[in-house]
Amino acid sequence: MSYAAPVTTTLAGWTDELTRTRLHFVTGKGGTGKTTLAASLGLALAGHGRRVLLVEVEGRQGFAQLFDTEPLPYAEQRIAAAPNGGEVRALHIDVEAALLEYFEMFYNLGFAGRTLRRMGAIEFATTLAPGLRDVLLTGKIKECVGRTDSDGRHFYDAVVVDAPPTGRVVKFLDVTRALTDLAKTGPIRSQADGVVGLLHSGQTAVHLVTLLEEMPVRETLEAVAELDGADLRPGAVLINRVRPPRLPARSVSPAADGRVDADRVRSGLAAAGLDLPDETLDALVTETVEHAGRVAAETVARQQLSESDLPTLELTDLSGGVDVAALYELAESLRSQGVR
Amino acid sequence: MAEPRETPRGERGALETDALDVDALIDDPDTRVIVCCGSGGVGKTTTAASLALRAAERGRNTVVLTIDPARRLAQALGLRELGNHPRQVTVEGFEPDGQLWAMMLDMRRTFDDMVRRHAGPERAEQLLSNPFYQTISTSFSGTQEYMAMEKLGQLAATGDWDLIVVDTPPSRSALDFLDAPSRLSAALDGRMIRLLTSPARAGGWGIRKVMSAGFSMFAKAVSTILGGQLLADASAFMQAFDSTFGGFRERAAKTQELLRSEGTSFLVVAAPEPDALREASYFVERLSEESMPLAGLVANRTHPVLADLSEVDALAAAEALERGETSAPLAEAVLRLHADRVQLAERESRLLERFTRAHPDVPVRRVPALASDVHDVCGLRDIGGRLAGA
Repeated sequence: MSYAAPVTTTLAGWTDELTRTRLHFVTGKGGTGKTTLAASLGLALAGHGRRVLLVEVEGRQGFAQLFDTEPLPYAEQRIAAAPNGGEVRALHIDVEAALLEYFEMFYNLGFAGRTLRRMGAIEFATTLAPGLRDVLLTGKIKECVGRTDSDGRHFYDAVVVDAPPTGRVVKFLDVTRALTDLAKTGPIRSQADGVVGLLHSGQTAVHLVTLLEEMPVRETLEAVAELDGADLRPGAVLINRVRPPRLPARSVSPAADGRVDADRVRSGLAAAGLDLPDETLDALVTETVEHAGRVAAETVARQQLSESDLPTLELTDLSGGVDVAALYELAESLRSQGVR
Repeated sequence: MAEPRETPRGERGALETDALDVDALIDDPDTRVIVCCGSGGVGKTTTAASLALRAAERGRNTVVLTIDPARRLAQALGLRELGNHPRQVTVEGFEPDGQLWAMMLDMRRTFDDMVRRHAGPERAEQLLSNPFYQTISTSFSGTQEYMAMEKLGQLAATGDWDLIVVDTPPSRSALDFLDAPSRLSAALDGRMIRLLTSPARAGGWGIRKVMSAGFSMFAKAVSTILGGQLLADASAFMQAFDSTFGGFRERAAKTQELLRSEGTSFLVVAAPEPDALREASYFVERLSEESMPLAGLVANRTHPVLADLSEVDALAAAEALERGETSAPLAEAVLRLHADRVQLAERESRLLERFTRAHPDVPVRRVPALASDVHDVCGLRDIGGRLAGA
């Protein structure tokens, strides 16, 4: 039997180019599950003894909640083991701590740092120059990506960032623009130039999480255009919470218009030994019409997404909700679609 | 069409609280302001617009202040252009007993107007042309929330409407709406900038003496990083702004008062998902701490089970059909999609019951999902009906 999902219209999954990527940003419209998929991507990339760092920049402690651990400190901490000896660590970047850490490298603040913090002086500095925040966050990320161990090998095989949502992600990554807020010389400036180089290189990709719904799809396409415009590389589209199509393909569009052959449903149910009252049958038909409406809308959404010409991966809806086991399940699904 | 059922198998759990009575809320002439809040992506704007439309149709002179509506929703309301002042909604087929006015917040213009009003013409121009003002009025975190509050205060002050429905800015946390204005106020307070630009003259402040060596280091570091020009602009801005600021703060305090007054009700909107409900919980707790009046929770886009048939029976029958000799693909599909729906509804009910267990006094209204996004008055009316449980 043929089902409605036109899987063939989407492109192949993960590409070799993405396999060579070391810095992965995961964005998406609010409510699409970008934190969940960033965590799952981290697990998926950490197979076969690899070491992956998950980075959080918005102070939500989303990873701690997902992995059911204590809130993360400003330190790289092991958060999960991956299959085949891999390891996932997580870092929650605290902007104030990052700024103080920075100052300590160049100026001796002594214990004044703590007092400044209490006064809100650091929050004030980042409020005065909103770009400073983004430069500090991306600067820390660059340091993690570039770090090497004593043998000169990269400490992390991959770094996955739970990035700001689609509406803000390009502003976040467009460090060149952020720099207009800042002085033309000085320590942060020279570091930021290196960050710009990394973000625009083949080492970096920005993945977009979406649902098969109108608004998330539109925001995804807008973000892709914006990324292209800023010369940043869109990675893969990750379609989250895909629910299985149940209707035979030919029945979808009539059903979406409200045409369901109730007599055929009734005789089919009778063949299965179900003799239902009219009221229940009517309700089943209504549910079928709603289901078909959704499937039809999803088909349109898939077509629109395919216009982006990006590798596309699909993740099935987990009816039980998201717990730690579900993260491994999603990671396995990502690996089966080529994530390495 | 079959009526949605409250719980999958028709049993009413012991945890079921009173349903939120939206009609009683909007019909009560003492309700003057309804604030729709919740985390991003849960359908706040649509909820606000539907509620306002229903109130207008039930006879109230209503204005809805939307923040960032989807284009199609804006068009449904006749808001083709971004206008910073309310316009009456006149759409064919919409003849309310009351009136419906709508507007979209233009953050920059609201800020400009506010500066002009409080600063006097000469100083206003000086402020508006300061480069630092560009940063403040467009990319400060909190500006949008502050301006939404300001606009709400303005609308209330005109007395032209007897009900104002407010949508809140799309932020990651529902609490931002309450916290952002004070964050912005703190940043606009000139004390810190004076310390940074002329620490020597800002003496007399106790804390500075304790750590003055560290502070001047800090000031030096900040000015190295931000550059002297930015600090100079900021400082000039703050000086010009100082006298104006008193007016701002007073005004913001007044709006806060309005939010605490008898005529204001908060509606928390959440999708039946763990993250959105967690945010809703934080917000509910916060409102109660601040003694702000909460009308209830709108659980938006639920998927109630319509047909009285258990998941087990549906799946057993579907499998029988799959194995059986007569092929009945349509009936099999109907059974499987029904089983999916029962599962989804049970998950949503579990999550909502957990919320109710934590907040037993908060009335909840479940609003079943529409098949597609709302883009006309009929769609808004449909949602309004669902909000009222009609």
